[in-house]
Amino acid sequence: MLKRLIPIVLMAAVIVAVQLLATALEKEYCLTQLTMAIYYSMVVMGLCLVMGYAGQVSLGHGAFFAIGGYTSAILTTRSFLSLQDTWWAGILKRLHVFVLREDMFGSPIMTVSPWAAFLAAMIVTFIAAFLIGYPALRLKGHYLAMATLGFAMIVHKIVLGSAFAGAADGITGVPEWTLGAGLVITGKSVARVQNYYLASGIALVILILLGNLVRSRVGRALQAIHDQETAANAMGINTSAYKLQVFIVSALIAAIAGVLLTHYTGGIGPSESSILKSVRYVALAAAGGMANLWSASLISTLINYLSLRDWFGTFDNAVFGALLIIIISIAPDGPFKPLGLWIRRWSSLARVRTGEKNHETP
Amino acid sequence: MGSEILILQYLLSGITKGSIYAMVAIGFNLIFSATGVLNFAQGEFVMLGGMIAVTLSFYFPLPVAVAGAVVIVACIGCLLELLFFRPLRHHSILHMIIITIGLSIVIQEAALHIWDEKVRSLPYFTGNEISSVKIYGAAISPQVLWVLGTITVSVILLHIFLRYTLQGRAMRACSSNPEAAMLAGINISNMRTLAFGLSAALGALGGCVISPITMTQYEAGAPLAIKGFAAAILGGLGNPMAAVAGGLLIGIIEAFSVSKLPAAYNDVSAFAILLLVLFIRPHGLFGSPSGQGVREF
Amino acid sequence: MKKGIILAVAVCLLSGVLFAQGAASGDKNKPIKIGAIFSVSGPASFLGAPEEKTVRMLVDKINAEGGVLGHKVEVIVKDSGGSPEKAVSFAKQLSEEEKVLAIIGPSTSGETMQIKQLCEENKMLLISCAAAEKIVNPVAKYVFKTPQKDSQAVTWIFQTMKDKGISKIAVVSSNDGFGAAGKGCLEEMAKPAGIEILANEVYDKQATDLTDILTKVKSVAGVQAVVNWSIVPAQSIVAKNMKQIGLNVPLFQSHGFGNPLYAAKAGVAAEGTLFPAGRLLVVDELPADHPQKALLAAYKKDYESKYKEDVSTFGGHAYDALLVVLEGIKKAGTLDRDKVRDAIENLKGLAGTAGVFNMTPEDHTGLALDAFEMLTVKDGKFTIYKK
Repeated sequence: MLKRLIPIVLMAAVIVAVQLLATALEKEYCLTQLTMAIYYSMVVMGLCLVMGYAGQVSLGHGAFFAIGGYTSAILTTRSFLSLQDTWWAGILKRLHVFVLREDMFGSPIMTVSPWAAFLAAMIVTFIAAFLIGYPALRLKGHYLAMATLGFAMIVHKIVLGSAFAGAADGITGVPEWTLGAGLVITGKSVARVQNYYLASGIALVILILLGNLVRSRVGRALQAIHDQETAANAMGINTSAYKLQVFIVSALIAAIAGVLLTHYTGGIGPSESSILKSVRYVALAAAGGMANLWSASLISTLINYLSLRDWFGTFDNAVFGALLIIIISIAPDGPFKPLGLWIRRWSSLARVRTGEKNHETP
Repeated sequence: MGSEILILQYLLSGITKGSIYAMVAIGFNLIFSATGVLNFAQGEFVMLGGMIAVTLSFYFPLPVAVAGAVVIVACIGCLLELLFFRPLRHHSILHMIIITIGLSIVIQEAALHIWDEKVRSLPYFTGNEISSVKIYGAAISPQVLWVLGTITVSVILLHIFLRYTLQGRAMRACSSNPEAAMLAGINISNMRTLAFGLSAALGALGGCVISPITMTQYEAGAPLAIKGFAAAILGGLGNPMAAVAGGLLIGIIEAFSVSKLPAAYNDVSAFAILLLVLFIRPHGLFGSPSGQGVREF
Repeated sequence: MKKGIILAVAVCLLSGVLFAQGAASGDKNKPIKIGAIFSVSGPASFLGAPEEKTVRMLVDKINAEGGVLGHKVEVIVKDSGGSPEKAVSFAKQLSEEEKVLAIIGPSTSGETMQIKQLCEENKMLLISCAAAEKIVNPVAKYVFKTPQKDSQAVTWIFQTMKDKGISKIAVVSSNDGFGAAGKGCLEEMAKPAGIEILANEVYDKQATDLTDILTKVKSVAGVQAVVNWSIVPAQSIVAKNMKQIGLNVPLFQSHGFGNPLYAAKAGVAAEGTLFPAGRLLVVDELPADHPQKALLAAYKKDYESKYKEDVSTFGGHAYDALLVVLEGIKKAGTLDRDKVRDAIENLKGLAGTAGVFNMTPEDHTGLALDAFEMLTVKDGKFTIYKK
């Protein structure tokens, strides 16, 4: 139990240390990109589950991210003012599903509240993930990769071709999301530190929950599926049901990240649903070692952070592709595994040496 | 314009698109059946073929430029296999698929920095931009006939190669049962290199013949790869004829969906049908369900 | 425990990389910092790449001539790759960290719209290089743009149609921001201009062949002209496919046709294509006393000799954006952002590549209808269209 707590405590310490360091160095503005990177990493965490534990590739996580972001963005920016006088709108308003507010130019609008939009996004994502995952995961082989690729393509084209989703310009003017208890998801620089903690807190919770899931009965079953599916089937594990559960959970996490980031940046564009984005998530999960949630989330946060700060300039994609090839070629289980082995060998070597020293000087 | 001619024109338009997808799908299929890898970099072979041929065409006559491009890209294909896939042969197929994704990104970015962001194209092989062949009142560009001709010749040659030559038979053996092939003394690694080289060459050839129609840009590979991928799956993996059929089918579906739906959604209908086929007939329309259709990996 | 050590090592690496960047210098005679967000790579690279090249060239030239108000000019270029979320990130970075005086770009209207509100809230001067009308309409105090308006391009096209006796047209456009904005504009302005749109189709910007859509257009009776609103390569494909299927009506293109390369790619199929564009492409035909002549000729010569490629109107938008900022600084005589903004809002008679800018508080583009010229393709070259 204690052993399991160590990484969590350490991670929390890292999160705090980074913030303190940033503030001390007067580089608090770095936290903006770090917050965005953390949101993107959530998608990768979910994907790790699908790839590392269920042994499937999903090329549609960008689409789930976009479904989450777009559902929330559309509902919270579209004005339903004309429906204000209908009886059901009155009820919904009392339930705080509809809220009255002012738009950028001060005219009154009635939109869906962020909480209700979030719920709607979850429901839409759940349905989409189920419809894609259910048939694809009953088949052996990499059908999920193909089905999700087709699915992602469809989502991307619909987003690009539909006026309600803002077509190529995307949606702007998404309001901030007041979570309650003084917590607000907003990109305003005054709330930067708060939002950094919010994002990393949510990410940490997801990590812990996923960690528990992996160690639960579901996780063990998945491990069995990954190692030897036929044997797992023979032992009475309903492999497709487990795979479907994991797929849906990870799709929901991607959608949560989409909703949060959309509120954070105040908008969403069609590039979020592009195939390249989905491929990026897959690559980041792979670069982190797939089955290693901690290392994948660290690596993807780091790479996304650097990319969002334009470290690589026009070489952004090139660096990213090269990194992926190198990591997969040299350390297919993620760079932290050989690093860990190396540290262990080094420390045990050191122990041996100090032991020898002790021996020499009695 | 009568409605029969209209339908014929849509059909020809679909064949134009479909022939391009088919060209990509054949190469895709070849690597898959020989190695089990879904090669996401296949589109980059097509792009490289077009780019290199355009560059060479400044110095050499067109046929030499095309041949040169095909040879160079085939060498690149072999080299990639030797450098990245051979050392990884003990890793899972999943890792190899992800490597192809990385390669695709790197090749694309390299093309951006070697050439630039501009659009290039080869001249039309016969005629020019406005010439067309009339078929019962509907028109088609002569370049499409070049593409169709290239596909036919490639498929026939591929068929002869796979059926009647020792190398080709060995490749088929690797595809249907790698362990048994190894026991029979076939060098599986070399077969893989050959498959990569061949499919890169096919991709490059495709890139050259479609270049006058679609034009070539550093980014042109990825969308072609996705369509080619869809075409290969729709037709059924593991069979070059099925890939061609799948490609033409997707092109025709797109063209006819334009006649009924807003054109913005034409890809949507193509991919929706793909999903449907995938769920109802997982091994593709023309693939065999014996497990050869999609290999387990 | 192993995990603990790994994490500790990771932390050290992480914090090393995280903050290893950016140091503000407190120099007295510091350069004027201007941020630029261009999509140098990615799907909009045909815009971003010439913009970046132009800006780098222009900055070198200005600094060689002694800079502005005795300060050197420093432009920090960020490559957004066409992604809005990167544009948002870079806009925050440029305004909060680099503390730039103004941001020029982004290249696409989608990205510009995503950061419009952000810049307005942070009182950051933004000079967009994107064309969409909604960037400056409604007017945001700190947001300007340099390309001509879509509505002006449409006015020119409709005017030319009237001269030619065309009243029934088909519209085809691509599914990117440029195509969507143009399509909207055409739909809105058709009725008042007495033009009827018989067919209206949107296609994928990466389409490889468009004969199906043009077949649909051909099947509609009475179409007298086709208007295509897109960028390369689709705009060349439209021209070719129209001729191939025998759709022999005049083809009008948008001002996105502004690169001689595109006409070359369509070959003989581009002959007779009509499109509105700035005068950069026909600088040789301008009379010697034209206010833009000297500037255009110099830009064209410098660019083409430095980069060995044809100059395009897109690079010109970045030229104008930088020019507007620097003229604003000169006029304001200070580096105070609000004063520079006020000066820019009152710039009059400034000759740029797109036209002569006359900014007002209501008009943050400042270009009149005469910024355009109707061009046509003759023998593979752009020339002014004469009735």
